[in-house]
Amino acid sequence: MRLRLAVALVIALAVAIVAALALGPVALSPGAVWHALAGDGTATATAIVWQLRLPRAALGVVVGAGLGMSGAALQATLRNPLAEPYLLGVSGGAAVGAVAATVLGLGVWFAPPAAFLGAAAAVSLVLLVARIARAPHDARILVMAGVVVGAFANAMILIVLADAPADTVRGALWWMMGSLADANWRGVAWVGTYVALGGAALLALGRDIEHLSLGEDPAAGLGVNVQRATRLTFLAASLVAAVTVAGAGLVGFVGLVVPAIVRALGARSVRGVIAGSAIAGAALVVAADVAARTARAPHELPLGAVTALIGVPFFLAQLRKAT
Amino acid sequence: MIRFSGVTLRYPNAPKPAVREVSLAAERGALTAVVGPNGSGKSTLVRALLGRITPSHGSITIDGDDLAMLARRDVARRIAVVPQREEPAFPMTVRDFVALGRYPHAGAWSAPSRDDALAVHAAADRAGVVEFLARRTDELSGGEWQRVRIARALAQGGAGIVLDEPTAFLDIAHEMAVFELLGALAHGGRAVLLVSHQLNLVARFASRIVLLHAGAVAADGTPDDVMLDRATLERVYEWPLLVRRDAVGGAPEIVPLRERGPR
Repeated sequence: MRLRLAVALVIALAVAIVAALALGPVALSPGAVWHALAGDGTATATAIVWQLRLPRAALGVVVGAGLGMSGAALQATLRNPLAEPYLLGVSGGAAVGAVAATVLGLGVWFAPPAAFLGAAAAVSLVLLVARIARAPHDARILVMAGVVVGAFANAMILIVLADAPADTVRGALWWMMGSLADANWRGVAWVGTYVALGGAALLALGRDIEHLSLGEDPAAGLGVNVQRATRLTFLAASLVAAVTVAGAGLVGFVGLVVPAIVRALGARSVRGVIAGSAIAGAALVVAADVAARTARAPHELPLGAVTALIGVPFFLAQLRKAT
Repeated sequence: MIRFSGVTLRYPNAPKPAVREVSLAAERGALTAVVGPNGSGKSTLVRALLGRITPSHGSITIDGDDLAMLARRDVARRIAVVPQREEPAFPMTVRDFVALGRYPHAGAWSAPSRDDALAVHAAADRAGVVEFLARRTDELSGGEWQRVRIARALAQGGAGIVLDEPTAFLDIAHEMAVFELLGALAHGGRAVLLVSHQLNLVARFASRIVLLHAGAVAADGTPDDVMLDRATLERVYEWPLLVRRDAVGGAPEIVPLRERGPR
């Protein structure tokens, strides 16, 4: 990644985080935010920043970073600018796993592994459908398969929720639309840990992914173990996407929009795009959450709805380019 | 250098093998051409060298080492393969694309070395693409793109280079440029294995021709051995042919006949 691009993305992220800490029912000046962070602010401001807004912004950072990296890796490996965890049904599969774990009362510690199993099942199903259609790299077929698997996942969730208690249903629906409202430091820690591990794996695989983006035969000719590299990439990308779903529900289109922006801004290598997408994804999700909280205050909009409002026009533009 | 010994290749769920008991060798300092009609198994041989399909019988060796026992990176350091088709999912500069050929020589995290940069430039120079190193891969013409891909194979730096129909869709000048380059590479000591449909050009440039028919070797020898055997060529290509020597260099040349009339 070029230095100028990295600096620009970090500044964008910093601005988004300051906005997330300053804006809300009680508006704080940047100075008040600074003092609260430094530990010499008023008691109210310190409580608002440290207990409410900072964990929420931090969850936004790790969720956005994960979705951005997952999308960047999937797009390059599948050679498809429309690939992203939400459109590929990966997030839907993760949601099935997480909801099942919650309804079965397995507790928060089992939600991430259950989400990961669901995501892995979904991605296998999508790739199988594309292979049956004999078009594993056709953008339209993959997205269609992803949408179908996503719809199937939705149906599964509704079935699981059919005889759950009313407040569980309400909570689950809110979460399916994506939200950072339940952010707490423990959640930030485990989502962050998994995203860091998966992201490190994707960066380590970066050179292999770079060659896979040329096609499987050329990659093999350049010395890539195609099967192993593809599997590891899907595994890591699904893990990262699944854990963001377990942490914040279904936040769509981030993985689609962010890598495209980072590429358009001049990132060249796949590693650069993955790293840049981590920062840009974090900035986008934090900013989208600020919009979700403030656009119709005191009511809060679902985060997934805000990212979809950004993502859908973008998707249509990309679709026109890709097909 | 590259040797197929009694190799049978079968795709999963295929009723019969795509390639049956094929033996052939491509040696250093020679341009070896594999020719044959569509579906005769030429590209399957290339895919076997890429490790994308493994022999059910026989063995493929590179300098005597069994391909199946070598790591892909090790293979990539010895032979470069230019597959039939390829298009980067996301456009990049020609320089970055050629530099991808250095991958088998790089550590997982190491930045490109001075040697890598020199290898990239030398390869681009050899393939005649230096003047568009700064251009983007999606802005190249068909002929430029094929030469850029050959440049990447040269940057890879092995003793062998394998190309699957590198001159498909190219005009005469670009096609001749590619053949001249491959001829020069063979003359310079590399083992060049070329899959091609251009029999008459192959007859002028290759030192050895392997003719495939329905997955098996129908003829194998010098251009004269293979091209002057009209009966075999007509049987393999299922078309009446005239065989003569070209007026310039005397290489054997075939002319497909029309169904009616002399022209």
